Amino acid sequence: MAVQRPAGEFDFSYAYDMATIRRRWQWVLLLAFIAALYTLPLYASQGFISFVNRVAISVIAVQGLNLLTGYTGQISIGQAAFMTVGGYISALLMRELGWSFFLALPAAALGAGVIGLFFGLPSLRVKGFYLTMATLAAQFIIPWFTRQAFPDLLNGAQGITVPVPAIGDFALDSPTRYLPLTLTVVLITTIVSHNIARSRLGRAFVAIRDNDLAAELLGVHLFKYKLQAFFLSSVYAGLAGSLMAHNLRHINSETFTLVDSVFLLGMLVVGGLGTSLGPVLGALVVEYLTEAATVLGPVITAVIPYSAGNAVQAFKPLFFGVALMLFLIFEPRGLAHRWQLIKAAWRLRPFSH
Amino acid sequence: MNWQLLPQFAVTGILSGGPIALIALGLVLIFKSSYIFNFAQGQFLLLGALITWWFSVEQGLPLYTAIALALVLSALLGIVVERLALRPMTGQPLLSIILMTLGLSQALQGLALLLFGGSQRNFPQMFSAADPYKITTPFIFNDKPIIVILKQNLVWSFVIAILGVILIGAFFQYTRTGLAMRATSEDHELAQSTGLRIRRIFGISWAMAGLVATAGGVLLATSSGLDLSLWLVVLSAFPAVLLGGLDSIPGALVGSLIIGLAQGLTRVSTVPMVRNSAEIMPYLVLLLVLIVRPEGLFGQKRIERV
Repeated sequence: MAVQRPAGEFDFSYAYDMATIRRRWQWVLLLAFIAALYTLPLYASQGFISFVNRVAISVIAVQGLNLLTGYTGQISIGQAAFMTVGGYISALLMRELGWSFFLALPAAALGAGVIGLFFGLPSLRVKGFYLTMATLAAQFIIPWFTRQAFPDLLNGAQGITVPVPAIGDFALDSPTRYLPLTLTVVLITTIVSHNIARSRLGRAFVAIRDNDLAAELLGVHLFKYKLQAFFLSSVYAGLAGSLMAHNLRHINSETFTLVDSVFLLGMLVVGGLGTSLGPVLGALVVEYLTEAATVLGPVITAVIPYSAGNAVQAFKPLFFGVALMLFLIFEPRGLAHRWQLIKAAWRLRPFSH
Repeated sequence: MNWQLLPQFAVTGILSGGPIALIALGLVLIFKSSYIFNFAQGQFLLLGALITWWFSVEQGLPLYTAIALALVLSALLGIVVERLALRPMTGQPLLSIILMTLGLSQALQGLALLLFGGSQRNFPQMFSAADPYKITTPFIFNDKPIIVILKQNLVWSFVIAILGVILIGAFFQYTRTGLAMRATSEDHELAQSTGLRIRRIFGISWAMAGLVATAGGVLLATSSGLDLSLWLVVLSAFPAVLLGGLDSIPGALVGSLIIGLAQGLTRVSTVPMVRNSAEIMPYLVLLLVLIVRPEGLFGQKRIERV
């Protein structure tokens, strides 16, 4: 991580050197942005607020994936499966045991983490592509389990309705009321993942990603850290899955599919692997593309006469696939890297280097 | 266990492994030459079957002409995909390559939906659905011999698939191009330095992968109908490839047949939970393979040197 700082800015103390937010105006901008998000219900439409909810939940899932894939380099196409686990656990805890949502949510995260640990076990023997296949197995076995096991409790393929979270008598039953919840969780997960990445744990992750043999020779316990990465990533997935399930108020084995896992990976790449900013930008752009497909679909169908009647559904995977391929070819380090370049260019202006 | 049904389901299971073997073969072809695992193989198969359907049903061409045209088009598709999407990825990390084929699969799926629509459609029958083959087995159950009933399309798909695998295997073993492809799979740089044009070889292997995918797609569509979820079959071919060994052509065949057999055998069980596990059986096998023998049955074990 090349640290590029503006000229004339000096580190007066160690704490100041380590600070993520260094200037008073940065604090002001950040707090204004957060305040603007929390006060969205005052001036934004319902549609936009549910869009923000969706983006925020995707951000959480992608941040988890970022810890596993972006920092540790273990490619997972099973993230959506762990979201399923999280969704089911918190729904069942609230339905069957009458837990409060604010206890069920961390429990769901932990539960998903434990299941994630289990599917991370093959990392003891295999790595790279083979490990990806093990996570793919999770993507099939977990939804199958929810369809087949405990039909009384999980209601098979039909799935279950998920209770509405409530604070006292205040039910979070509309996108507007749900928004503060997702925003608060995403704020916490962002702070946590940013700080994991620059701690001892994060440095071990990066060492494993860059060269696992060298890392092992330097005394990084590969298996231990890989399992920790799997656990953390699944905890994030569990949080996201639980939030999504309580947002949709229904969950079944089709709520989070293989395609969702692929989309989450795509968000990570579009945003930028191994950066804190990446998941946020990636989730925002890909969710926006999906939204654009829904809006643009009918327009394009009207202009181009040939249509098989499914243009709207077709544009979602098509836009995503093409965007992902273009990013991989032209900007493989993602939007976060592009943002770094823009910032550097601004600081060096009017010189080009 | 329902012993009476055992022979029936075992044989049906093995036969249904035939078309899976064709798909697995496509995956192995690409992996062998370029170390790329093509997650978009299912969409190749889907597009191949859809193009065949379009030529034969919409355009009214004879079925075999339609298949020939679709084979040519899918080979072209393979070449175009290799040139536009995968060649810029040469030398990129594994993650980029995996994501490229995943992105490709999404784009092609969207394209298929856009061009052909999502409705279920009738694919022309290639083999008579009536009078299935009846084979009397030597096994006796309740004093009566067990009779195995086999649909014609199942048997013929199997035969065609096996022929395809043998043909490709022979191509690899006995032709000059096949030799060049084997050399490329050993080491890209070494092959290039002996004067082989490895770009052309990548192109050929993607074209061949397109061909076998279309063949598999047509065989599957003619026995089970055609809609956009046809690509899901490829999900049982992934474990088959890993079981057989990622870079082994006979492995693709054996792996697919074992996966088919395992699925067939689970369906015999009288316990509903076990019977229903047939759909995830390939992935249970996969986990087992990864833990016990990651290189698969016939795959080359790669030793890592520092």
